[in-house]
Amino acid sequence: MEKSRITTTTNSMTILTVLNKDNFKIEKEQDVVPFRNRVKEHAVKIGMGLVNQTKLITAASELVRNMLRYANGGEILIEVVSKIRENGIRLTFTDRGPGIENVERAMTDGFSTGKSLGLGLPGAKRLSSEFTINSVVGKGTIVTIIKWKNG
Amino acid sequence: MKIEISKMLQKKKKQILDLWMKNQLKDANLREDLMSNDELRIQSEELVDALLKKLTDENLADIESADFENVYEILSGISITRARQGFSPRETGTFVFSLKDALFETLQQELKSDPVALYDATMKVNKLIDSFGIVTFETFIKGREEVILRQTDEITEISTPVIRVWDGILALPIIGTLDSARTQVVMESLLQEIVNTSSSIAILDISGVPAVDSLVAQHLIKTVSATRLMGAECIISGIRPEIAQTVVHLGIDLSNVITKSSLSSALKHAFSVLQLEVRKKQKENYSLKNM
Amino acid sequence: MEKIPILKMGQFLLVTIQVDLYDRLALNLESDLVQMVSTTEARGVLIDISAVSIVDSFMGRIIGNIASMSKIMDAVTVVVGMQPAVAITLIELGLPLSGVHTALNVEKGMELLKNKILVNGEVPDYDDDEQYDNLDGTE
Ligand SMILES: Nc1ncnc2c1ncn2[C@@H]1O[C@H](COP(=O)(O)OP(=O)(O)O)[C@@H](O)[C@H]1O
Ligand SMILES: [Mg+2]
Repeated sequence: MEKSRITTTTNSMTILTVLNKDNFKIEKEQDVVPFRNRVKEHAVKIGMGLVNQTKLITAASELVRNMLRYANGGEILIEVVSKIRENGIRLTFTDRGPGIENVERAMTDGFSTGKSLGLGLPGAKRLSSEFTINSVVGKGTIVTIIKWKNG
Repeated sequence: MKIEISKMLQKKKKQILDLWMKNQLKDANLREDLMSNDELRIQSEELVDALLKKLTDENLADIESADFENVYEILSGISITRARQGFSPRETGTFVFSLKDALFETLQQELKSDPVALYDATMKVNKLIDSFGIVTFETFIKGREEVILRQTDEITEISTPVIRVWDGILALPIIGTLDSARTQVVMESLLQEIVNTSSSIAILDISGVPAVDSLVAQHLIKTVSATRLMGAECIISGIRPEIAQTVVHLGIDLSNVITKSSLSSALKHAFSVLQLEVRKKQKENYSLKNM
Repeated sequence: MEKIPILKMGQFLLVTIQVDLYDRLALNLESDLVQMVSTTEARGVLIDISAVSIVDSFMGRIIGNIASMSKIMDAVTVVVGMQPAVAITLIELGLPLSGVHTALNVEKGMELLKNKILVNGEVPDYDDDEQYDNLDGTE
């Protein structure tokens, strides 16, 4: 059982184990609701409570919307991860869009180049347990979030 | 011919148990208050039984042998029960390690004439019992952790009692520090209760909260805002003068929150919002006489 | 394309959102509703979201938009039945929907609408007139 697991190390030096992987392609608006349902299935399977589920799916919804809107779609890796005794869901959003010029500015409440509320990135960060963003102009954007079952 | 250590120990079972019991009973730290000597004997016998039954000269040197599964299970059981009964880890550890002395003493008697065999057997037994000791510690800690987790759950549950004070009015007295984990629980149980009872007013009483800083205030404001989103109104009561002072000094904006100094004034406010009136009952005779 | 049905109830419009909306559907709802407010001269809009499990900033913006647009056309919008998990999440997201009126359920939403219109100095013509003195809707 132990050997089949893939182990990665996070910067905090705690061992993170990936228990399950799942890929999802986003190409059009109609993919959003099925994607949210898929995330929900995984969250329910690890026994995540309703409020944390809702936070996770809402964050995911924001990020997937950004992918569609600013990068014409992309791919999401859905993983069930485990750390010490806690399980969680990790979502990695990868797109090959234009990238974000000033990530810090994009992360502030109310900043938007799309005439919308500008709450997607900062809100997703607040709703997640862990949040990282990497963006290269001209190459694309990768956003990773983790929501722990009890956090 | 090579002496079969396991066979020899099995033959000496009674002696080993007696020696072990003697060691335990003469220990100054024996916890007769937590466990009677009879119970202790039953527990010890169970373990010695299980160990000797499965012991062979092969697995004696192999602490990971599947043969010991049952022994580890019994050991874990003993360890968890002891954790719950309030034994210290040292006491449970001593319980297991004192078996070593009994085994050593027996080996010494039996292998007097063969120092090499004695040395070899001693080393193996030593390793085996050490491994037993580690298992006890592991399960002991696990047992304690379970106790702590259960208590944490209980505390959070007890500390967020949502009371239905009136038809349509809920009250939630918060006692103790309000951190973000606690706020989460408070919010969830309050909002769920609002749905369950279809109450349109909730009173959050913070007279039992020792201090309000900007973080706590932020938590309170979040709770009030979430309640409003659901379509109910949230009043914060129990604002002591010190709290009012800190709130203003810290520049926290509570202008969008209905605040009351006491639970009773919050209740009065709630009554007036619901257009309810509480009156003293008039005695008929009395009022007639005075007319 | 599927549509969210809008019910006309006297001077009010009632929308019950039963499915998780994708963007186009939500945008259509916004324009349909505003159209309806105008053609029916509705005084109030009631949006029942009790079956909605996710409200993100996009949906939140649409709800806010409907409320602001209705207001310009002199109609009051009340959002009813938001689930606790959704409310908690919206606050954390940073979207308290300050401009929108809320109520626990459709019944209480109706009471609130009637009351709001009454406060504005007009008495709407309803056949039952007893609810004005029972604001919380219980009993
Ligand atoms: N995947 C992405 N690719 C390129 N730019 C992005 C991406 N995600 C977000 N952005 C930029 O960051 C800004 C802030 O995003 P967000 O916080 O979601 O607010 P909003 O989507 O309402 O503008 C966007 O306006 C956009 O300029
Ligand atoms: Mg966005």
